[in-house]
Amino acid sequence: MAMTTHSMTLSEKIIARAAGLDSVAPGDIVTCAVDLAMMHDSSGPRRAGKLLDELGAPIWDKDKLVVITDHYTNDPDPTCVNIQTITHAWVAAKKLPHFLPEQGICHVVLPENGFLKPGMFCVGGDSHSPTGGAFGAFMVGIGATEMVGVLATGEIWVRVPETLRLDVTGRLSAGVAAKDVILKLCGDIGIMGANYMVVEYGGDAVKAMTMDERMTLTNMAAELGAKTGIVAPDDTTAQWLAATAADGVDIKTWQGDADARVAKTITIDGAALAPQVAAPSNPENAADVGEYAGTAVGQAYIGACTGAKIEDLRMAAAIVKGRTRAAGTRFMVAPASNRIRDAAIADGTMKILEDAGATILATGCGGCIGQGPARLDDNMTGISSTNRNFVGRAGPNSSKLYLGSPYSVAAAAIAGEITDPRDFL
Amino acid sequence: MSDSTEIGRAWVYGDNIDTDQLAPIDSYKNMEPEEGCKLCLQPLDPDFAGAVQEGDIFVAGNNMGIGSSREQAPLHLKLLGIRAVLAKSFARIFYRNTLNFGLPALVCADVERINRGDELRVDALKGLVENLSTGETLKCEPLPGHLMAMIADGGLMAHLKNKLKREA
Ligand code: SF4
Repeated sequence: MAMTTHSMTLSEKIIARAAGLDSVAPGDIVTCAVDLAMMHDSSGPRRAGKLLDELGAPIWDKDKLVVITDHYTNDPDPTCVNIQTITHAWVAAKKLPHFLPEQGICHVVLPENGFLKPGMFCVGGDSHSPTGGAFGAFMVGIGATEMVGVLATGEIWVRVPETLRLDVTGRLSAGVAAKDVILKLCGDIGIMGANYMVVEYGGDAVKAMTMDERMTLTNMAAELGAKTGIVAPDDTTAQWLAATAADGVDIKTWQGDADARVAKTITIDGAALAPQVAAPSNPENAADVGEYAGTAVGQAYIGACTGAKIEDLRMAAAIVKGRTRAAGTRFMVAPASNRIRDAAIADGTMKILEDAGATILATGCGGCIGQGPARLDDNMTGISSTNRNFVGRAGPNSSKLYLGSPYSVAAAAIAGEITDPRDFL
Repeated sequence: MSDSTEIGRAWVYGDNIDTDQLAPIDSYKNMEPEEGCKLCLQPLDPDFAGAVQEGDIFVAGNNMGIGSSREQAPLHLKLLGIRAVLAKSFARIFYRNTLNFGLPALVCADVERINRGDELRVDALKGLVENLSTGETLKCEPLPGHLMAMIADGGLMAHLKNKLKREA
């Protein structure tokens, strides 16, 4: 029977190419060749590396593996130091060509260094690996044992996901960001609203977004239960990647067909969207910021792969410029990467944040997982530009965490309570 | 999983049991999962890790294992003695991680028919759960066919070992 190639989404095209097939359809189980595997200091050498050594298998292609340290960096705690030692020793023993230690959070450092480009099929040993989809790559998060399979064979099985299409129409208003879009979607469809699916983001508001903002959308596909998220590459993508080491960027080939079938389309009116805040302890507890206005916060944290890119820091600076943090509120900023930190110093963003009373922390995951100085105190309520607020994630079980955009977090730092950031612009 | 049948007591929880509960930061950071597992589920049920016994069955609602890719989440359950995880639905990375450890993860629509402490006989390969306490038999969705060889080998590591041996 002659198979005719049917219309495909961008994700389906990438999977088909990686599987060596002419076409794939949702529900198909296929085996894909991995173009790039990324792992960090938590699930990487100390777990996946150890298991690979137990197996006694060589790495299938060292040039396709990138190791980044971010979870336990810049922390004097003996366990953290030990994990760094193990990571460095394993990378050295394997003579890996791509090791990026202590440069910042993996999902940000990976594209910064030109490892991602449209059309790639990638895996990452971290659940927020969908972030890579902002660059038109298909990138999924996997566990450490699964990573051993990839390291040993260069392949992984995938169930071709159905597509949830999110169209954000119009233009976001001032003080409203990609984080508000994705929190709104979390609130509307819930934390398992896109289980096993790929979320494809489009519409005029997404087209107008910077790469940093698109990364926020794909990053939090994880909070919808999705396999990954993706944005079709365009000139914005190409321009961003031109500044990195990525070569052979092809935005023309890697587009979905206009008539490709999607399982579901959701539309968000970008112009009407208000800032969103998610209440403890689930990202799906999102509502207009007004719902939670007046909630006192002991800490406001700008950090994580989701919320501490250069655009995020600039959003925070736009709010706090010429103002000072509330007396009873800690204001912490942990830039997502060293490169971002340097850019923020160079353009004056950092000075504005510091003048407002922000404590600038080392780059890395830090407060997002309750590590280091931004760990919430007992019974403390905080607000963060991070992606998860589950019980015990960012501090002791008694602490409570709200999630918001960098605008909303910065506004809370100034007011000492959750408040509408649009009043500060 | 040479013998696919397990008998044990049910530990029953609700929806969205996330990986920050199954593997809280201090346990996840710990280099020894055998130590870290003592903190498993501590935010939700501080008694669980101390009281769970070899052979017990973990029963959850929707979206079991949502959150991080940290495989310590299912590993802790396994190290504590849990021999099968039943849930209405699973978060995708947790599902793969669990099966990769050779620990059956079964999608069961009727988990609310199971009470805490019920004695269950779980046949993972057949997808059947016999509630010995109530006399009911519950049907689960079959395990994914393409993973049967891996599951039969006892998990991904064993499967890869066999594969490498065959290719050598
Ligand atoms: S910043 Fe948080 S969400 Fe991002 S990779 Fe680190 S721990 Fe994960």
